[in-house]
Amino acid sequence: MWTFFHKLGSPRYFYTYAGRLLPWLAVLTLILFGVGLYWGLVVAPADYQQGESYRIIFIHVPAAWMSMFVYMVMAGAGAIALIWKMKLAEVVAISCAPIGASFTALALVTGMLWGKPMWGAYWVWDARLTSELILLFLYLGVISLYSAIEDTRTASRAAAILALVGVVNIPIIHYSVVWWNTLHQGATITKLDQPSMDTRMLIPLLIMAVAFKAYFGMVLLMRARCEVLERERNSNWVREVVQLS
Amino acid sequence: MQEFLHMGGYAFYVWSSYALALVILLATLISPILRRRQLLRRLADKISLSGNQS
Repeated sequence: MWTFFHKLGSPRYFYTYAGRLLPWLAVLTLILFGVGLYWGLVVAPADYQQGESYRIIFIHVPAAWMSMFVYMVMAGAGAIALIWKMKLAEVVAISCAPIGASFTALALVTGMLWGKPMWGAYWVWDARLTSELILLFLYLGVISLYSAIEDTRTASRAAAILALVGVVNIPIIHYSVVWWNTLHQGATITKLDQPSMDTRMLIPLLIMAVAFKAYFGMVLLMRARCEVLERERNSNWVREVVQLS
Repeated sequence: MQEFLHMGGYAFYVWSSYALALVILLATLISPILRRRQLLRRLADKISLSGNQS
């Protein structure tokens, strides 16, 4: 088992195994999105208060969850990279950043499109929205800090430190609807008692959440493979890969 | 079908959300594909160049 992990930590094995996993993840992502979208848009009933507009939830909530989940993956990988100087962790951390930024932007715009018909405004400076916007800036900060430093390993370390500092924002986002009086509704699913949502809406939401996870796994592996090729470009195995392609 | 597209009067908000999701997720997916293609081409050029020199 340990040798497997050790091998997986080596860029070459990671590249091979990730490549083998990718088609399966692609199929899984497609199926999950297909089922989730059909269920959410067609099968699930309309909301008694919000009518059909609530269907934005099937994009908005998974995107918002992923915006925080990806950040934790990025910061976790960054911590591993800082402590154990593991190259692959650096690769994973920096590959997370653009994907997380996409999810955050998606959560923000779909939130705006939901806020307009429900609250009467696209944007309000409330705690949940503001802390999510800060999350987007943190992602962009990590990306630009990384690309501003020439030496890849130094850049990775600097980006990892910034990512770790930014972790304080995650609990702020999560508890913002509790700590402050906000327009944004409170948690409906990630609370300890039973979720206050109809099962016919909850199931497609959870399927969409898993679909977003599978999509993230797929795109992360694709980005990480590119990053590994780029970093190991002078090694023999990359030469072989290039000649075979 | 008409009714489905109408989304109870919220068509603009609902469908723009789904369209934006499609655009953003596709762009995030395509960017590593393009990067990989460019990278492989660049590395192939480099290899053939160094092969000629030696």
